[in-house]
Amino acid sequence: MKIVAICGAGIGSSGILKVNAERVLKRLGIDADVTAADIGSVAAAAADAQVILTSSEFVDAIGQTYADVIVVDNYFDTDELSRKLKRALG
Amino acid sequence: MPLPTLAESAIILGAEAEDWRAAVRIVGRALVASGVAKPGYADEMIRMIEEHGPYVVIAPGLALAHARPGPEVIGDGLAVVTLATPVAFGHPHNDPVTVVLGLALTSVAGHLESIAAIANVFNDSNAIAELAAATSAEEVLRIMASAEQS
Repeated sequence: MKIVAICGAGIGSSGILKVNAERVLKRLGIDADVTAADIGSVAAAAADAQVILTSSEFVDAIGQTYADVIVVDNYFDTDELSRKLKRALG
Repeated sequence: MPLPTLAESAIILGAEAEDWRAAVRIVGRALVASGVAKPGYADEMIRMIEEHGPYVVIAPGLALAHARPGPEVIGDGLAVVTLATPVAFGHPHNDPVTVVLGLALTSVAGHLESIAAIANVFNDSNAIAELAAATSAEEVLRIMASAEQS
């Protein structure tokens, strides 16, 4: 499974999403490859992704995709991430 | 996991900012004071938000201001600015912002460990309130150092 975290610069916020998504997935026992990318490279980075993690500002720019787009409000709330990932993957 | 360097000169507490741009400029000054960014870095951080929206407000009350690596970045480093009066960034859930972190990175590669260390600090849901209430740089350094233990 491939998961892509998207933000404006591809560092910083998407890095935090990646780190915390990996923690949650490990806890859930789900094997996935999580990468961080900037919005400019979303088409290439997320072409074969099942899930895109991002904030609401980027939903329009991500555009049409086969991936589940998960909007995260609090990047540090692993319970929120866990709940939303479970819903998308379950 | 090591945090990006947080110098005492990059900690500004109880700053007065009239809006989010002013808050990001203070963060820029803090990064300049600790020698990791040039004055133009503040403009780049502001441009990221103008271009992409207030997504840098990644948790209630907390913004992570940053731009891409580039000529305005001198070294890797972190700044912590707390605001006397919270400001709105226009985020649908996480406004208003009291704690603004500034992050300067010289390259995208190899930054992930330090990002993980930032996550370690703030996955503790008390950290933002503790920083907002901090009255000394030592206190901020102690809160930020809690990452080293996890």
